[in-house]
Amino acid sequence: MLKTFKIGGVHPPENKLSAGSKIQALPIPEQVIIPLSQHIGAPATPVVQKGDNVKVGQLIAGASGFVSANIHSSVSGTVVSIDNITDAAGLSKPAITIQVEGDEWIDDIDRSEKILNSNNLTKEEIIKAITAAGIVGMGGATFPTQVKLTPPPGSKAEFLIINGVECEPYLTSDHRVMLEKAEEVLIGVQLLMKAIGVQRAIIGIENNKPDAIEHLKQLASKTIGIEICPLKLKYPQGGEKQLIQATTGRTVPSGGLPIAVGAVVQNIGTALAVYEAVIKHKPLIERVVTVTGKSLARPGNYLCRLGTPISKLIEAAGGVPENTAKVIGGGPMMGRTIVNIDSPIMKGTSGILIISNKEAARKPVRECIRCGKCVSACPMGLEPYLLAKLSMFNLLERMEEEKVMDCIECGSCSFTCPSTRPLLDYIRLGKGRTGAMIRNRKK
Amino acid sequence: MNKLLISPSPHVHSGDSIEKNMYGVLIALIPAFICSAVFFGTGVFVVTLTSVVACLAFEFLIQKYLLKRQPTIFDGSALLTGVLLAFNMPSNLPVWIIVIGALVAIGIGKMSFGGLGCNIFNPALVGRVFLLISFPVQMTTWPRPLGFAGSYVDASTGATPLAILKEAVKSGTPISQIMSTEEIPGYREMVLGNMGGSLGEVAALALLVGFVYMLLRKIISWHIPVAIFATVFVFAGILHVCNPEQYASPIFHLLSGGLVLGAIFMATDYVTSPMSHKGMLIYGIGIGILTVVIRVFGAYPEGMSFAILIMNAFTPLINRYCKPVRFA
Amino acid sequence: MSTIAITIISLCAIGIVSAVILYFVAQKFKVEEDPRIDIVEGLLPGANCGGCGYPGCRGLAEAAVKSDTLEGIMCPVGGAPTMSKVAAALGREASAQAPKIAVVRCNGNCENRPRTSIYDGARSCAIEHSLYAGDTACGYGCLGCGDCVAACQFDAIHLDPTTQLPSVDDDKCVACGACVKACPRNIIELRNKGIKDRRVFVCCVNKDKGAVARKACKAACIGCGKCAKECPFEAITVENNLAYIDFNKCRLCRKCVSACPTGAIHEVNFPPRKIETDAVKTNNESI
Repeated sequence: MLKTFKIGGVHPPENKLSAGSKIQALPIPEQVIIPLSQHIGAPATPVVQKGDNVKVGQLIAGASGFVSANIHSSVSGTVVSIDNITDAAGLSKPAITIQVEGDEWIDDIDRSEKILNSNNLTKEEIIKAITAAGIVGMGGATFPTQVKLTPPPGSKAEFLIINGVECEPYLTSDHRVMLEKAEEVLIGVQLLMKAIGVQRAIIGIENNKPDAIEHLKQLASKTIGIEICPLKLKYPQGGEKQLIQATTGRTVPSGGLPIAVGAVVQNIGTALAVYEAVIKHKPLIERVVTVTGKSLARPGNYLCRLGTPISKLIEAAGGVPENTAKVIGGGPMMGRTIVNIDSPIMKGTSGILIISNKEAARKPVRECIRCGKCVSACPMGLEPYLLAKLSMFNLLERMEEEKVMDCIECGSCSFTCPSTRPLLDYIRLGKGRTGAMIRNRKK
Repeated sequence: MNKLLISPSPHVHSGDSIEKNMYGVLIALIPAFICSAVFFGTGVFVVTLTSVVACLAFEFLIQKYLLKRQPTIFDGSALLTGVLLAFNMPSNLPVWIIVIGALVAIGIGKMSFGGLGCNIFNPALVGRVFLLISFPVQMTTWPRPLGFAGSYVDASTGATPLAILKEAVKSGTPISQIMSTEEIPGYREMVLGNMGGSLGEVAALALLVGFVYMLLRKIISWHIPVAIFATVFVFAGILHVCNPEQYASPIFHLLSGGLVLGAIFMATDYVTSPMSHKGMLIYGIGIGILTVVIRVFGAYPEGMSFAILIMNAFTPLINRYCKPVRFA
Repeated sequence: MSTIAITIISLCAIGIVSAVILYFVAQKFKVEEDPRIDIVEGLLPGANCGGCGYPGCRGLAEAAVKSDTLEGIMCPVGGAPTMSKVAAALGREASAQAPKIAVVRCNGNCENRPRTSIYDGARSCAIEHSLYAGDTACGYGCLGCGDCVAACQFDAIHLDPTTQLPSVDDDKCVACGACVKACPRNIIELRNKGIKDRRVFVCCVNKDKGAVARKACKAACIGCGKCAKECPFEAITVENNLAYIDFNKCRLCRKCVSACPTGAIHEVNFPPRKIETDAVKTNNESI
């Protein structure tokens, strides 16, 4: 009997089209756009000026505040502008645009393929290296990693949980990283364990990736303290709270952080980035992105420089098909639709998904038949039908009572609704308003 | 490139729909329908067809001309109400009574509350109970299960096991004596459905086949039917142990009357049953207790319809206070 | 017969006993309230729209009775006549306030502002706004899902079927401000109703730079400042590439309307134009 989380969950079709295709390096584009806010928290402050020459890996914007992250140039060339650009959602956001000239890296970075390890680094040195490299949660949440590694006073981490679940349909970037960069990932995990001072790490992987489980199990047997935990296939297992419950059986209390039960959760991609940053001195300048979709000619996994326009990635996968209706950044369950496909790949972009007009449009909204399927599907034990209704009438206090703030916005309710009601649309709106109401009250 | 489509997540859907669920329930009713046709003959077809056509017609007319909405008669809900209403009628019921029942079921039971999703009471049961109170003679004159020999018009009639039991207990005859008479069918007959009763309620085994089908297709969850069966079994069992001469055995209660049909198909109606699993269990237990209370202590031999309607009224309250198991 | 008699007598007895109990309970738990609250509440329209910022008409009545002056307390529905009645009832001065009306400051109809994407989520401006820039290139303009229409208690705002923009019915609007709160983009503003309902306002809220704004919408304010230079009363300010007309300073001369290169400044309820100077003259006189 495989482990999984206790309540709710759905089984969307997996559609892991690109699971078998190796990670390919994408050619460097002519121009990259590097937004100053690629993470949760304060936007970074530029430290270069228009006209400056930059090299690959050079710091171009520094973290401004504790919850923020450094940003490095992913290419070498000239800064052509530091100004507002149109982001993926069509909004104006500040960014640094760099015209590419050659591919010159700064000297500290070790670009060899050789796998190295180092045991004589202290906790502080590791965290310092991670902070300097500007690493954020690579699963999509983009929370600055160094903040997660510094638990608040009074709490103590007992284990590190590595999220190799990749429960979103279509996405395969973590899967490929686990297969092709397993040794690096494991060293990264060891570094993270040292950074938070724990003896145990659990890598949770869903059993639709038997090759990755097998491969990592073999390698992990040589290390101490890292265990591989195969999990039963169920969405949203990659949710932080769900993953902790599935792997350790512990339940994070309502409104609490994982550290409340002694857990720190990091993504597979983050572990790889930590290895590269600490051992190879390479800041976060590139990442693996899955480009996929049933209508695409060559769905695949691409290693690309941050700031590469999304359109370049789609071109590499065979170009935008004629019948494209939606371009999604991330997976189909939680990803955000992109309106401007010339916007750049960012630190948290795990995948680009193309959906053709046959599958894209939502079906008409029907009356709620009170079947209770959303209640059964909700992994947080909430009542989506009720929350959506309360949100429509803006009854925020009732929403708070009904624990709307526990909602993880996984989309299981909307996915499962036979009346195709936009439950999550309204719940998300109400959650935002309720959160604002609670923050105002505290002031 | 064409204009991109923008919407909030999720961008995929399970493909589930109202129609899939409604027609799924109808498929689950097929075995019981076949059994019924085998036992009661042509009357089954006449009653079911009349009821379905009347329900669809009333739904269409009310939506189109009274509510001035786009009629949604093909979503399967009115069809299902029609079939379930027919399943709750004797197979020799006159057509005009069936039409009145359909009008009450759709008009008062469903549309007066605002249509699908808004009704408080199970429409088919509203129709059935209305008929039971208004036309008690016709509604409790049951044809004997004579197979295809029995035709719609001149079926010879008999009583249901529960009615026989009620009469006997009233006159003070001990249960063991009634049970041994020819009138009461054996358990084997009751499981197969070879007894008097409403056309859809007799074949317990066929109904259970439908239950398994609905569970496999995840149309309903097990909570409500199992809670009802368990409660009736336990409650009737306690009474039976206390005084076997006055109270029938729990198995007799489970197999007789509309209990199996009600527990599997009527009580589990989406709109009128609670949302959370805990609520479903409470709802099922309530139906179970009320059914036995009405059957044993009440004036009517059969209590399932009333029990479900009473618990329907409690559903909003159960939803308000029975929250699902929260994650934390 | 005796059954009926017993029934009637017993029911009456129960009724009398209950009434007595209720009377004493009501006396015991009586809440002392200023009787003037009821009087003031009676003067108010009773729509409980919340436009005044208090929870319903009773909330305003309580506040009016409690506070010493009526300053800042205003029933937007009843307007000045109602407030003067309230003031008279309480023996205070009513603060004078010009009647207001909701003004929709976006002219991004399908022709001016072409659609660049298709929004397929729930029909709610708030949701669309939280998701992205909207189905046009303008990240500030009207989204056209009708949150304001749903918020209006007085049936005074509707989506125009041709322009897909909300339009306010002058006669029905009571300036309760519900639509202002409902609009996630702050497009709707309460402005002075103006003499003879005449109003001049900048019909745009786009804060992008001129070229960007113009590209997104032909009728956008590009922040060129021509109107501010033209205005003889210093009523127009340009901030963040967007002009704003202060309705307290504006004297409805309409010079800005002719000066605007994109037609972003709108005039409503004016008679057809004669000669420029003439209009200024009459307006100045009327003020």
